[in-house]
Amino acid sequence: MKDSRKIQVEINGVIFERMIETRMTLSDFIRHECGLTGTHVGCEHGVCGACTIHLNGQAIRSCIMYAVQAHGQKVTTVEGLSQPDGTLHPLQQAFKNQNGLQCGFCTPGMLMTCTAYLEEKSDPTEQEIREVISGNICRCTGYQGIVNATLEIANNKSTNGGA
Amino acid sequence: MQRLRSLIISQPMEVHEMHTKNVGTPVQRLEDDRLLRGKGRYVDDIDLPDQLAIMFVRSSEAHAFIRSVDCDQARALAGVIGVYQLKDFGPLAAKPMILANPSPLIRQPITQYMLALDEVCYVGQAIAVVVAENRYIAEDAAQLVVVDYEPLPVVMDARKAAMANAHLVHQNSTDNLAATLPWKFGDIDQAFTKAPHIFKESYYQHRGVVHSMECRGVIAQHDAQLDQLTVWTSTQSPFLVRRFLAQFLEREEVAIRVIAPDVGGGFGPKAAHYPEELVATLLAIKLKRPIKWIEDRLEHFLTTTQQRDQWWDVEVACESDGHVLGMRAVCTHDNGAYLPYGLLLCMTSVAPFPGSYAIGAIDIRLDCMFTNAVPTTPIRGAGRPNATFVIERTMDTIARELKLDRIKVRQRNFVQKEQFPYLTGAKLPNGIGIQYDSGDYARCLDMVLEASQYSQLEIRCKEAAQKGVYRGIGIASYNEDSGLPPYEGATVKVLPSGKVFVELGSCSQGQGLETIVAQITADQFGLHASDILVKLGDTIASAMALSTVGSRVASTAGPSVFLAAQAVRQKAFKLAAEHFNVSENEVHIDAGILFLKSMPDQKISLADLAKKLVAGVMVNVPQGFSPGLESTAYHTTERAVYANGSNVAEVEVDIHTGEVTLLNYWVAHDCGTVINPALVNGQIIGGVVHAIGNALFEHMKFDQDTGQPITTNLGEYLLPLATEMPKIHITHMESPSPLNPLGVKGAGEGGTIPGIACVISAIEDALKPFNVKINEYPLSPERLLCLIEEAKIRAVA
Amino acid sequence: MKPAAFKYHDPSSVEEALQILAEKENSKILAGGQSLGPMLNFRYVMPDHLIDLNTVSTLDFIHFDDSIFSIGAMTRQRTLERNLELKKLCPIFSEALQWVGHYATRNRGTIGGSLSHLDPSSELPALCAAYDAKLVVRSVRGDRIIDFRDWGISFMTPNLEQDELLTEIKISPWHESHGYAFVEFSRRHGDFAIAGVGCLIALDSNQNIKRLAISIIGVASTPVRLFEAEKAVIGNRLHEDLIAHLDHEISLLEASNDAQTTGIYRKKIASTLLRRAINKATQRAHQSLK
Repeated sequence: MKDSRKIQVEINGVIFERMIETRMTLSDFIRHECGLTGTHVGCEHGVCGACTIHLNGQAIRSCIMYAVQAHGQKVTTVEGLSQPDGTLHPLQQAFKNQNGLQCGFCTPGMLMTCTAYLEEKSDPTEQEIREVISGNICRCTGYQGIVNATLEIANNKSTNGGA
Repeated sequence: MQRLRSLIISQPMEVHEMHTKNVGTPVQRLEDDRLLRGKGRYVDDIDLPDQLAIMFVRSSEAHAFIRSVDCDQARALAGVIGVYQLKDFGPLAAKPMILANPSPLIRQPITQYMLALDEVCYVGQAIAVVVAENRYIAEDAAQLVVVDYEPLPVVMDARKAAMANAHLVHQNSTDNLAATLPWKFGDIDQAFTKAPHIFKESYYQHRGVVHSMECRGVIAQHDAQLDQLTVWTSTQSPFLVRRFLAQFLEREEVAIRVIAPDVGGGFGPKAAHYPEELVATLLAIKLKRPIKWIEDRLEHFLTTTQQRDQWWDVEVACESDGHVLGMRAVCTHDNGAYLPYGLLLCMTSVAPFPGSYAIGAIDIRLDCMFTNAVPTTPIRGAGRPNATFVIERTMDTIARELKLDRIKVRQRNFVQKEQFPYLTGAKLPNGIGIQYDSGDYARCLDMVLEASQYSQLEIRCKEAAQKGVYRGIGIASYNEDSGLPPYEGATVKVLPSGKVFVELGSCSQGQGLETIVAQITADQFGLHASDILVKLGDTIASAMALSTVGSRVASTAGPSVFLAAQAVRQKAFKLAAEHFNVSENEVHIDAGILFLKSMPDQKISLADLAKKLVAGVMVNVPQGFSPGLESTAYHTTERAVYANGSNVAEVEVDIHTGEVTLLNYWVAHDCGTVINPALVNGQIIGGVVHAIGNALFEHMKFDQDTGQPITTNLGEYLLPLATEMPKIHITHMESPSPLNPLGVKGAGEGGTIPGIACVISAIEDALKPFNVKINEYPLSPERLLCLIEEAKIRAVA
Repeated sequence: MKPAAFKYHDPSSVEEALQILAEKENSKILAGGQSLGPMLNFRYVMPDHLIDLNTVSTLDFIHFDDSIFSIGAMTRQRTLERNLELKKLCPIFSEALQWVGHYATRNRGTIGGSLSHLDPSSELPALCAAYDAKLVVRSVRGDRIIDFRDWGISFMTPNLEQDELLTEIKISPWHESHGYAFVEFSRRHGDFAIAGVGCLIALDSNQNIKRLAISIIGVASTPVRLFEAEKAVIGNRLHEDLIAHLDHEISLLEASNDAQTTGIYRKKIASTLLRRAINKATQRAHQSLK
């Protein structure tokens, strides 16, 4: 192996320890070393957003980050959105209600981008949502269902007094 | 709720009683749960023990002879298993790949070798393959392979390729003409002779790269003990891939299993059979280890088939009231370097004529030209958006030149309701006459005008103009030959557990096929769609399938599922009736339990009925019944079913920057019986966005001299994003097709097919004060400013 | 698209990073990774050594002392977007940062990375140009302070020796009441600017221009200030002739053609945006005077 490091990364609350080449992308690490294939690789040049995960709570593109950089950090992937008992995250349920996915390939990236954003802003407007997902490409839905799903959560949060 | 559907057409069909609890309602998708959780299983999610990764060494020249390939350094790299060329696979592989969809019209049926023999004809063509422990190493090794090229002349522009003395795309050819497709009916000469008005226009069209979010990929595994090949591939056509692998490898189909796992978008190019599928399979046999190839986005730009340039010269002959007497056109079509998929793309570019209109004479010639670029095959809508663009812009031209209302011009020319089923006069190459089965085109246009509050739109445009703001409205109509023949089979089976199982060889790339199939089935058994177990996309299925393309599966597989489910239901009812010693019409079903309405506690489950019919050794199957509570059915058809729709777009143009803002978009759509309105809406919205991409953003550029692809990343090739898309509003009407028991038509393209014409029409409308004519797409802001400048200069001159 | 192999370094201090930079040939600094990552994955660059600055915690800061902002080179674009002090005193930052990449890229992208990469369409260099920022550059040989006007040598080439690292950016907010605007035109939200204009304008009590800074991106090979035209219009009232002056300096810029866009078009857009930016900034200047 070429230049390698042993790294420890916490993903969805579980610590993964692996010996990896330093050039291994974080997306490949998550998918093939840790077996969490929910994070998808669409372009490997940081444009399509399919690989979006949370690093220490922030939405980032995992295809242009290297696994070594995540050593000692906390990662959340789409698999970590639902509850341990299987209950879907409210946004996942909203995607279901609003027809927010078709082929499902961009979906994890969309979910991770929007959940991070909703943590920061609980009542975004439609325009704000469109701007936030402008870094995520979808070829199937035309975005409308995704926007409606995120708005559904935004509206619920505001009717629940921002709870 | 019961809906009685009585269908009166030339071929009478049975009256069907459908318990429409599921069909017709926006049932939540069965696919969603696993996809939302990240539990989808796309081809790259599958890692087999002991697998190897491969990377292709690809041509960096658009046209060249290969003098030599030096693999020594690559082979020496740690972690590399081998580097192979065509010659390393023996005589079996030393032949061109199979041409799908052969046709007598093809003059030069040239397909590529899975790895180049001696001539490469497009940048990206595979020359050699590196096999390594992982993709990282494979890429390292591929960089070390040295190819010595002898460059050959390059031709990229299909019009240049068509000229006498053009550079040859293939050295051993005498010219670059792959095929000429005629599309003719009626007396065109008479139409043009007697017409008081003839208008000529030329159009340039370009559809770009498909960019499904998941790229292609294949895993091939050979079980040497069973001599069984298993191939997972991100495909739209597992059965066709199996067929071609079997033919090429001279193996029996039963020794090959092809599986389409979850596929992250297809839209056409994944329906073709590719060299990588062959190479991976041969390597799996040769090296006795599973072989995995995943296309990266750069490779997608280079090697997945595209849909590029068409140049059209069009003439229309019409009367003074806008009534069209005939249309003539010549199209020069960029086919790319090879013909893997035959002429389907070309065919779908001409066969839509006359579109939604009753035009008496058509005379089109399409020249399918080879060029030194990756091959072109259908992308979403195939050639239909192209044909529709020509037809719809022509209607606008007539309105403009004769100073008529463009709505009236369309209404005047539409095939009228009373004329259905309508024979256009055209015939397919197989002799079948094109017939539009059902529809009400005028009503659909009225619907969209009403939905968009068209007269209000016009007022808004005028008000904006007074403030120096340029707003415009576009209109386009279309129809679509969906549900292409001949079949997609289905098996419905009650498992011993009582679970109702549906198996199709057809596959899905996001259309929700699993859900609609479950809906159709569930209604036969008083179940909910989520109760049904569905399996798709595996050639292990008993029922044969062909391909998920061209909005065909809902209206081919759907009715097959219906027929199979109905047969199973009827068998269950018959057996239950015998069991209770009553007549069949006393039996009812709800939630998978059959019972007597008069005595509801007299019941029997599907599980028990299934068990009776599978019986056991020395245990008889009930007399008069065949074994198993299952049925395989093929709804077979000879002709397409015609969906249709109309679109309206509202745009604003910034004449200082050329930027186009899409304000609103409306679709009125008729796809016959709607199985799941939510899914249809989703498809249409996605299609509108794809059309917007084609109209304004997507341009796959090549250096015209060297053939080098230029826009090879997603920052330079512009896909439509959420921020630039309008709100899209959809209304439906249903004119059920008489040609299948469900009355369904294809639903995918209500936005894709007319969308480009609609958006361009809207921009032209906004720029009416400048008299700008827009006969091309994609239309960049810079190009739009040029067109405005040119129009201004013309006005002064 | 996997990167070529490199030796990965994770220094814990600036000094350590400088040492590695001085000793190792063919090395690249990894900051936010939003520009370098794609280049590595495409194998457009194949460094032997990758020096990760994300492990150096001392470069991520925004200090405001003696009326000067000192911004660490590894400060994330997201941090710049949200910093309240910066928003108050240099609101053009917030406005411009909306155009920088996308939500997720701003979580990682840094000001130092942006300035060192020096893409001609990049917004942060435009802001530094408008403020005449001073850049602190360090190496094992010592430190330098570079005026931003001397930063861009040529296309994507900043005034940095191979062993030097940009560590800090110093911005002096305008004390006087002023207006600001940043406007940009791109094909889609978040795309590279075809052209962009940053404008800071202060008026005196007679509505004459007291102070003016105009920076342009997307046109020339580096971000530029319209120094000559700015000087010429000081003391005058804003009107069309004045703008024509500024326009003229834009027309003199050398703008090249690329696969998507011509230089002529870029200049045309810059002219259009110039007017929009000045008008917006002037309106805000009037408001701030009230």
